[in-house]
Amino acid sequence: MNHMKPTPHDAAPLHVTGAARYIDDIPMPKNALSLAFGLSDVAHGKITAMDLDAVRSADGVVAVITADDLPASNDVSPSVHDEPMLANGTVHYIGQPIFLVIADTHLNARKAARMGKVEIQPLPAILTIDQAIAADSKFEDPIRFLKGEPDSAMKSAPHQISGSIEIGGQEHFYLEGQAASALPQENGDMLVHSSTQHPTEVQHKVAESLGLPFNAVRVETRRMGGGFGGKESQANALACACAVAARITNRPCKMRYDRDDDMMITGKRHDFRINYQVGFDDDGTLQSVMMEHFVRCGWAQDLSLPVADRAMLHSDNAYHLPHAKIISHRLKTNTQSATAYRGFGGPQGVVAIERVIDEVAHYLGRDPLEIRRANFYENGQTTPYHMTIEDSVIAPLVDQLAKASDYANRRLAIESENRANPDAILKRGIALTPVKFGISFTLTHLNQAGALVHIYADGSVHLNHGGTEMGQGLFTKVAQVAAHEFGLPLDMIKITASDTAKVPNTSATAASSGSDLNGMAVRDACHTLKGRIAAFFAIHFETDAAVEFVDGMVRAGSHEMTFADAASLAYQNRISLSATGFYATPKIKWDRMAGRGRPFFYFAYGAAVTEVVVDTLTGENRILRTDILHDVGASLNPAIDIGQIEGGYVQGAGWLTTEELVWDDKGNLRTHAPSTYKIPACSDRPRVFNVELFDNENAEDTIYRSKAVGEPPFMLGISAFHALSHAVGYAGASDIYPNLNAPATPEELLRAVYRNADGTDAF
Amino acid sequence: MTKITMTVNGKAASADVSDNTLLVEYIREHLRLTGTHVGCDTSQCGACVVHVNGQAMKSCTMLAAAAEGAEVTTVEGLAASKDDLHPMQLAFKENHGLQCGFCTPGMIMTATDMVKRYQEAGKELTEDAIRHELEGNICRCTGYHNIVKSIQDGASKMTTA
Ligand code: FES
Ligand code: FES
Repeated sequence: MNHMKPTPHDAAPLHVTGAARYIDDIPMPKNALSLAFGLSDVAHGKITAMDLDAVRSADGVVAVITADDLPASNDVSPSVHDEPMLANGTVHYIGQPIFLVIADTHLNARKAARMGKVEIQPLPAILTIDQAIAADSKFEDPIRFLKGEPDSAMKSAPHQISGSIEIGGQEHFYLEGQAASALPQENGDMLVHSSTQHPTEVQHKVAESLGLPFNAVRVETRRMGGGFGGKESQANALACACAVAARITNRPCKMRYDRDDDMMITGKRHDFRINYQVGFDDDGTLQSVMMEHFVRCGWAQDLSLPVADRAMLHSDNAYHLPHAKIISHRLKTNTQSATAYRGFGGPQGVVAIERVIDEVAHYLGRDPLEIRRANFYENGQTTPYHMTIEDSVIAPLVDQLAKASDYANRRLAIESENRANPDAILKRGIALTPVKFGISFTLTHLNQAGALVHIYADGSVHLNHGGTEMGQGLFTKVAQVAAHEFGLPLDMIKITASDTAKVPNTSATAASSGSDLNGMAVRDACHTLKGRIAAFFAIHFETDAAVEFVDGMVRAGSHEMTFADAASLAYQNRISLSATGFYATPKIKWDRMAGRGRPFFYFAYGAAVTEVVVDTLTGENRILRTDILHDVGASLNPAIDIGQIEGGYVQGAGWLTTEELVWDDKGNLRTHAPSTYKIPACSDRPRVFNVELFDNENAEDTIYRSKAVGEPPFMLGISAFHALSHAVGYAGASDIYPNLNAPATPEELLRAVYRNADGTDAF
Repeated sequence: MTKITMTVNGKAASADVSDNTLLVEYIREHLRLTGTHVGCDTSQCGACVVHVNGQAMKSCTMLAAAAEGAEVTTVEGLAASKDDLHPMQLAFKENHGLQCGFCTPGMIMTATDMVKRYQEAGKELTEDAIRHELEGNICRCTGYHNIVKSIQDGASKMTTA
């Protein structure tokens, strides 16, 4: 059931005319300055000398700042204060900011930033997972989840397989690069505009870097040109740099990373190695699963611990693991500090268990879908972290999708075609993969949100909440909630920028939680206001009839007036027309060290069928068709939700196919521009793309029984990876499992095609 | 410093700019037309596409001086009047052809150029052709599905317009 309409994105009229403002579009005062960082070109080392004279005397340069010049804290970390904004004697990766240039223009700042002469005495650099394991370089001791008796269940299982998969990272490539500005205010206060998913954290970090209490800093974010997790913590450095530079020069300052700098400086999705061992019976029913995650976290802790936790929490995906052991190693390396990215570790966990299922199917000579079905959760079963599953719809959802996409017949046709033409150069493949994704921040206290709603005397409504808009349509959805509550058309609701001065102490807009949390907080504020108007009506009109807010009218029995008249009347009778709202997610409880509890309020489900074709001479490939059925509960806005699903799928498929990050043996990221790092283009999207919403309502009491949608569809892209595996499985020595690593680039596909009969690489 | 003169969105514009000023810088910083975006700085993403003498160009890779005497149209100047939307703008709005919107102006400028070229050449703008023509425009949000839909819809309205 849908309460809500597929209204276009609230800012669509602004976007199509170019009138929507991003940070770099906000007019700055005439005397504003631009900033750029000077970066380390050594992966690990001690700074022995710094000659910045050439930088200081370069065209347009006003000042140059090093760690020693900072007025207060030198830290931009979102977690454990281990991330200096400017290197403090030691550099930890290539791309680390060492000094800050303040100049009259963006270009002059960037040019000058290249002129620094920094002498660095190299120290041994730990770059790879193997090097980190060998050096025992880590952020914390391994975390483990244990369920049942995995060791004995493994031994007694009729069949066992073990293996390993490498899973690459991913550059966010939000189309709008990182950007911020700071305007000094009276009394040392600072007004910051930041392209951030987390204005409150920017407020905190800026306050610390200026040595001010939080109340002296105000952060405003109207929108981002994409975030995907990359602006959850990575925006801190720019905002702090602007604030410090503004303090030192007493002039407004703006900073935007050039794309190259953005890719060199900022963190990306974590890459993983996952070793697995699985015990199963003749039907492919899993009996015991053991996984060992090696997570390359980069040089600073950032959000790596909860990311690695979420990977563990998704190592079951949609499958019941009767006995399980999951171990996770959080490795510290001299590379960019890996950070949040859509799915927050979940996708890496899901990739591993899908690999296990696929390999079990190959071993047994069965269609992987049969193995998937044999292991789907039934309600009442428990996860490896001892949470009981109560809302699973995965089995009926997959049945419906398999039928609608004609999966079985298409798979048969592809298999017989491939068998009949063993020498054909083009090979097709098809796969169906499911997703079950846990919704809630695993750090329980983050699951709260606030809202502020004003009704003005003319009946127009001003709406504010703690979430940020990055294109996901959050502001539209939340405005729809307010419009629905007041019975008003959407254009009576003014959507306003996220602002730490209006709603304080917010959580990042992350974990897909934006509309769940903020929608509820706004509803709470609307209920308060409606309650006040209703109480006033009861006295004013001496009626005990229920007060309704519908179709722009307020009605109590025979008394009826427009919402605008009701607002005006209430104002004249001294009724407060401003209210805050608040929401805290119920039921959740999580002990991460013990690996026990209910970290998630509910799960979102979905599944995708992808068909691909691979050229086995070149590794080139295409997605021919994709069918998706996804569960968003009762949708708040079907058009926006479907857009999230389409975009999430393409981004997920990109991660596992074309998007490859390459560091050289010095630790230098060689893929630092879209010319070398392949973002999916229009020609990469599926030729046929069918997306449907699954008819469902959230079992939990969420905003109008909807479900979160930002991250879960990302994992639907895993079906493309498995379709490729299916295709190349027919091309190589056919009884050997293709054993693809991610991303399945053309090179990786060719490696699978030309493997020796014993499974080793032919070249 | 060079003195440049051009027509931007139908209005004469001239200024003294340094020789290395990029067209996108001139449009954004000097003329304050900020609908033209910079996504990659290196001619890869298409966020900065404008029309120069009726042709789609990536303004991040063109010097302002190279547009001397040219007719430049940015997304702000596409519609017939201030209160109007160009059919392609309307199509992107109605077909949900955007999420974060950062790629949108460039997409719309590329799209109108492509439709015009195909129409003038009497060629059919097939879905395959749109895919191919959009090679130089990246969208990280939408997965392109609604962008292609928008362009098809916009194209049909541009014919009848
Ligand atoms: S900014 Fe010009 S193509 Fe990307
Ligand atoms: S809508 Fe965000 S990049 Fe296209």
